[in-house]
Amino acid sequence: FPGLADVSISQDIPVEGEITVPVGSHSPDEDYSTLDEPVKDTIMRDLKAVGKKFVHVMYPRKSSALLRDWDLWGPLVLCVSLALMLQGGSADSKDDGGPQFAEVFVIIWFGAVVITLNSKLLGGTISFFQSLCVLGYCVMPLTVAMLVCRLVLLAGAGTISFIIRLIVVGAMFGWSTLASTAFLADSQPPNRKALVVYPIFLFYFVISWMILTFTPQ
Amino acid sequence: VGPGRGRRQGRAGPGRAGADTVSAPAQGGGSAVIDMENMDDTSGSSFEDMGEMHQRMKEEEEEEADGEAGAGEEEDGEFLGMKGLRGQLGRQVADQMWQVGKRQASRAFSLYANIDILRPYFDVEPVQVRARLLESMIPVKMINFPQKIAGELYGPLMLVFTLVAILLHGMKTSDTIIREGTLMGTAIGTCFGYWLGVSSFMYFLAYLCNAQITMVQMLSLLGYGLFGHCITLFVTYNIHFHSLFYIFWLVVGGLSTLRMVAVLVSRTVGHTQRLILCGTLAALHMLFLLYLHFAYHKVVEGILDTLEGPNMPPFQRVARDIPVVSNAVLNTTAKAIALTL
Repeated sequence: FPGLADVSISQDIPVEGEITVPVGSHSPDEDYSTLDEPVKDTIMRDLKAVGKKFVHVMYPRKSSALLRDWDLWGPLVLCVSLALMLQGGSADSKDDGGPQFAEVFVIIWFGAVVITLNSKLLGGTISFFQSLCVLGYCVMPLTVAMLVCRLVLLAGAGTISFIIRLIVVGAMFGWSTLASTAFLADSQPPNRKALVVYPIFLFYFVISWMILTFTPQ
Repeated sequence: VGPGRGRRQGRAGPGRAGADTVSAPAQGGGSAVIDMENMDDTSGSSFEDMGEMHQRMKEEEEEEADGEAGAGEEEDGEFLGMKGLRGQLGRQVADQMWQVGKRQASRAFSLYANIDILRPYFDVEPVQVRARLLESMIPVKMINFPQKIAGELYGPLMLVFTLVAILLHGMKTSDTIIREGTLMGTAIGTCFGYWLGVSSFMYFLAYLCNAQITMVQMLSLLGYGLFGHCITLFVTYNIHFHSLFYIFWLVVGGLSTLRMVAVLVSRTVGHTQRLILCGTLAALHMLFLLYLHFAYHKVVEGILDTLEGPNMPPFQRVARDIPVVSNAVLNTTAKAIALTL
């Protein structure tokens, strides 16, 4: 067919490639299957994964589910809710609470990044996002403490409420540190666990300090 | 076109002399008549006419080629079904572009975001950190022999963060109602600014004074010197007596300063240089502790004053007794709120 010699097909597209593509791999089928499912299924699957991780934080056992399928939805929700609840804690009525939200947000994420980098530099086997995921999920007890503090402060702002808040925040701080240590310390060489635990301790201490010194207008 | 081309070439091949005039009528239908007219026209040079003829030839060839190619593509499109030639080409190009982009991005990432550069500075054991913390308070006696400084960054970094936490804790024990956000930024900025800024300045001075010390060692030395600051501030933020603070300032601050000074002296030659280096370091170190205890509270009180308005009486700078201070703060705050309402 001399006519076909002038057809402008690029030389390196073999006809065989076109034929073998559908037969070769299964992953395009999987992609298409999750693309075609209803939106409700996708959302429910993600919500179930997030919920399972919350349960893991509440009962910290050495399971790898939190580490294996990391996601940052839970940390985002917790961080935003904590930052929202920490607004309006100043004596100045002119303060619109804008910078406070940003400060809390930045401190939580910046602190988590620093701890992750530290644990990686100390020779940890955990990946960057896995560590962020664990640290973010372990902020949950402190969010619960914030909620309790707000409720207690509704009743009054005396010495008794301060003692109650101190106890609650202290307990939740200990829980957060223990939960995150249970997940993160395993990825370190055994003799360096203390080096990784200390910055986590400081990080949750700063967040607890922010929660404890919160007084609404 | 094929037969047409063949005909043309056939004509032009054998005899050159007759090529121009003979091959002209064999080209496309319309052009032959026009070319014949141009050929007969003796007004212009036949050179330009030849140029025009060649141009028209080329355009006709291009049109015919496009027409063929278009026909070819359409034929292929119908032949291959939905994907078509253009679709497949597009997908291939997109795939290649994605791979090239991914390769470039991962190369750039591994080049610039390589934290392994810092890995050797974090290679410590907990016992080593504890030993170095305790050593930072013990001045060395041998200054004629260069003392070893461990170039490690974990301890100093943790000490800076601890100092930030202690500064924030100090605000809490004084029970002041403040905007935590601003203080957090100030605390982090102050501590990191001191550590990095004074280290850089001392490294520059050491370079001028010919001292044998590297930047990492300077950072490490100054960072471990902050251990004394941490202890002093932790104690004096909880027990508020000025005289106690002065004792701690002299003893604890002095010990850590002496240690740093002794190490620097052992690495410098010449009296003037030693004096410059050590005087600067001692002054900066001790003054920073003073600043943290006094002027930092002034920063806090300044924020408190601006928050409460100018018609409040200024804070009394006396030896603080926590219940009195917190009562005073609560009273003034209540007055401010009552006034604004």
